[in-house]
Amino acid sequence: MEVTTTWYLVLGAVLFTLGTVGVLTRRNPLVMFMCVELMLNAVTLTLVAFGAALGDLGGQVSVFFVLVVAAAEVVVGLAIIVAITRRRPGTTVDDLSVLGG
Amino acid sequence: MLDLVWLIPAFPLAGFLFLMVFGRRLGEPKAGWVATAAIAGSFAATLGVFLELTSLSVHDRRSVTTLFAWVPAGDFSVDVGFLVDPLSITMCLFITGVGALIHLYSIGYMHGDQDYNKFFTYLNLFAFSMLILVLGNNMLLTFLGWEGVGACSYLLISFWFDNEANASAGKKAFVTNRIGDWGFMVAIFATFFTFGTVNYAEVLDATASGQLLQSTATLIAVMLFIGAIGKSAQFPLYLWLPDAMAGPTPVSALIHAATMVTSGIYLLTRINPIIADAADWLPTLIAWVGVGTALFAATIAVAQTDIKKVLAYSTVSQLGYMFLAVGTGAYVAAVFHMITHAFFKALLFLGSGSVIHGMDGDQDMRHYGGLRRLLPITSATFIVGWLAIAGVPPFSGFWSKDEILLFAWNESPALWAVGFVTAILTAFYMTRQVILTFFGRYRFGDARPEEIATAWEARLVAATEAVDTAGAEIDKARTAVEAAVTAAEAARLALTEAQAAATAEPLEGQEPADPEALAAAVLAAEDAVVTADQKVVEAERALTAAEVTHAEAVETHQQIVRQAADRPAVPELALAAAPDTTEVADHLPAEVAQRNEYHAHESPWTMTLPLVVLAVAAATAGVMQLPFSPSLKRLEHWLEPSLFGNEVHLSVATSTMWILALVAIAGGIAGITLAIAAYQKRKVDYTMFERPILAEAWQVDRWVSDFMGGPGTAGFEATAGFDQRVVDGAVNGTGRLVQRLAQGVRRFQNGLVRTYAAGIGVGAVLLLLWFFMRSGI
Repeated sequence: MEVTTTWYLVLGAVLFTLGTVGVLTRRNPLVMFMCVELMLNAVTLTLVAFGAALGDLGGQVSVFFVLVVAAAEVVVGLAIIVAITRRRPGTTVDDLSVLGG
Repeated sequence: MLDLVWLIPAFPLAGFLFLMVFGRRLGEPKAGWVATAAIAGSFAATLGVFLELTSLSVHDRRSVTTLFAWVPAGDFSVDVGFLVDPLSITMCLFITGVGALIHLYSIGYMHGDQDYNKFFTYLNLFAFSMLILVLGNNMLLTFLGWEGVGACSYLLISFWFDNEANASAGKKAFVTNRIGDWGFMVAIFATFFTFGTVNYAEVLDATASGQLLQSTATLIAVMLFIGAIGKSAQFPLYLWLPDAMAGPTPVSALIHAATMVTSGIYLLTRINPIIADAADWLPTLIAWVGVGTALFAATIAVAQTDIKKVLAYSTVSQLGYMFLAVGTGAYVAAVFHMITHAFFKALLFLGSGSVIHGMDGDQDMRHYGGLRRLLPITSATFIVGWLAIAGVPPFSGFWSKDEILLFAWNESPALWAVGFVTAILTAFYMTRQVILTFFGRYRFGDARPEEIATAWEARLVAATEAVDTAGAEIDKARTAVEAAVTAAEAARLALTEAQAAATAEPLEGQEPADPEALAAAVLAAEDAVVTADQKVVEAERALTAAEVTHAEAVETHQQIVRQAADRPAVPELALAAAPDTTEVADHLPAEVAQRNEYHAHESPWTMTLPLVVLAVAAATAGVMQLPFSPSLKRLEHWLEPSLFGNEVHLSVATSTMWILALVAIAGGIAGITLAIAAYQKRKVDYTMFERPILAEAWQVDRWVSDFMGGPGTAGFEATAGFDQRVVDGAVNGTGRLVQRLAQGVRRFQNGLVRTYAAGIGVGAVLLLLWFFMRSGI
């Protein structure tokens, strides 16, 4: 059985959906953060798949950028989450609603 | 030398800055000398430029000296530069010349004032602004000077601002001038919009070569005319000038006669090509406004009693003549009259200042009289000024006024007729002023009507008090009579007792009384009765006398009441003899005696020297433009480069000119004769001319304040209400609407991250659906 582009795309879609559902349903900030990463990587996977399928280097170059940005974003995001958890152990995102209008 | 034209305004500016920093330290009189030196230096510089200019050929007599770029703003670029041409240098000559004399005069006049140095600081600033006004090579620079003289005028009118009336006179001048300034500003905008520049040289050359539409020219000229009637005090914006007399007299002479008020005429003369291109009705309007104002102000001047008010209305009237000249295209005559007027009106104002100075600050002509012996130099020079303004040849005023009337005739006999009537009135009210001030009886020590009224009241009060005192005396006498009667009765009783004692048998067991002693007692009692009876008679006599005194006092009182009711009214102006005060001589206020001891005195040389110089100028200034032959019309040739050939050419026959001149002389003499008959010979009742309505200046001021107090205020309040409710309401309403919308929308931002995420998710799905529908899948 040959592994076609479709497989990668399906895998990407499944991963993206999982991430989306996770973000919408979970309340633990760390888990939600992981789910966001999952969505990001699903899209990255799609980019690589298309890049390979169309023989266009642009997709893979984009992925480089995405990875670098994601690394930076993880640093900032995790730092914020650690800071919040230290201050209020066991908190959920629904408790963090002081910025509401 | 033409490059050094910047020196002309630089001297007064330097004087102003120097006095601002060191004025207080210099004090009196050094500050005055510094200021005078500054303006005299400016005069010397003007003379230098003038001589240089005369040596050039006629066509080269216009040059622009640019100092620096003032407003470089894109297309709109204005330089600080000076336009030297015959017109501006003529203006500078008399501004600095007359100005220097007035500065010198002020050294004496302001003697002892607590703000001496401040006065000279302002005077120098004023001179600087005025020179910028006439020398500026563009309208914006002229406007700078225009506003500068306005501000200085405000500062100097309300110079003695601790008196409320002076402060509000300054305010009135400033506010009235703002209306005119609005016209000038609109004219500047329109000029820039049309030409893309506000430089006179370019604007006037372009206009003179016919590049201007008639409608645009009319708009610009009308707006400048509005500016000119504000500054030059023409109807209906003349109201501030009579009130401006609240300032010190040198200010009245410098600003409100010789210089600032002529700036309107200067401006109209400067832009003469624009007026030439404007619609035909505009020059006619200018001429009629001018001649109408001239007549109107002259009628008011006839009934004024304040020596400076007469001159103020006279100034308005003479400025009206200049507008008449501009309107009839006689620009040379306008400038000519401006120069002669600067001489003789400055002379008259300074002369009146000298009189006021000598009369202890009294400005009421009714209190003067006969001053020609007490103030010989002042009166001699004042009389020269009077002859000049009254149009008596060969004094300067005759030549300039005659030329204006000639051009008025050339335009329309109706204009001439109004101007001629004004000339008669001018001669009349100026003669009246001279007679009231310098001739006739010295009236300063007279008791004034209100003082006589006070004395009569005091006399009545004294008579009433005498009646009361006599009444009290009667009461006292009555009490004395009663006491005497009681005493007499007591004496009789004592006598009866003594007689009884003398005749009675001695009681048993008692020693018989000494008969001699008893008889002596009876005699003594009889004596006492006689004395008591005499006292009663005396007391009754005293009572009768007191009653007589009281009756006399009542009679006197009634007589005084009758006299007070019947006494003839005291005239405000006692020409023939002093009001009779013999009946109330003891009750006159102390001021009358003080005034009788006051001696009017001639002013110091710093004040009389300018008077003499100005008198010479006022007498001879006519030689600059004599009508007899073209070569004698020097001023006309001199001003030619500034007039672009817009001077109207006369189409009046020489014989008509002679007749008109003779008629003008006859009119002047008629006015003088009438005034002499009324005020000197007293053959004509002067109250015939001094109508109350004229003294109240046709009540225009009252109309204005009634209008502004009633409908005017209501209108402004309505405007303010419109601003508050509609304009502010729109702004605030927009804010409130946004606020209310935001109140609803802010509920969506609830702080729950997952809700936001869901929103993004739903949004993404909807977007996808939309894309699918679009592409028809």
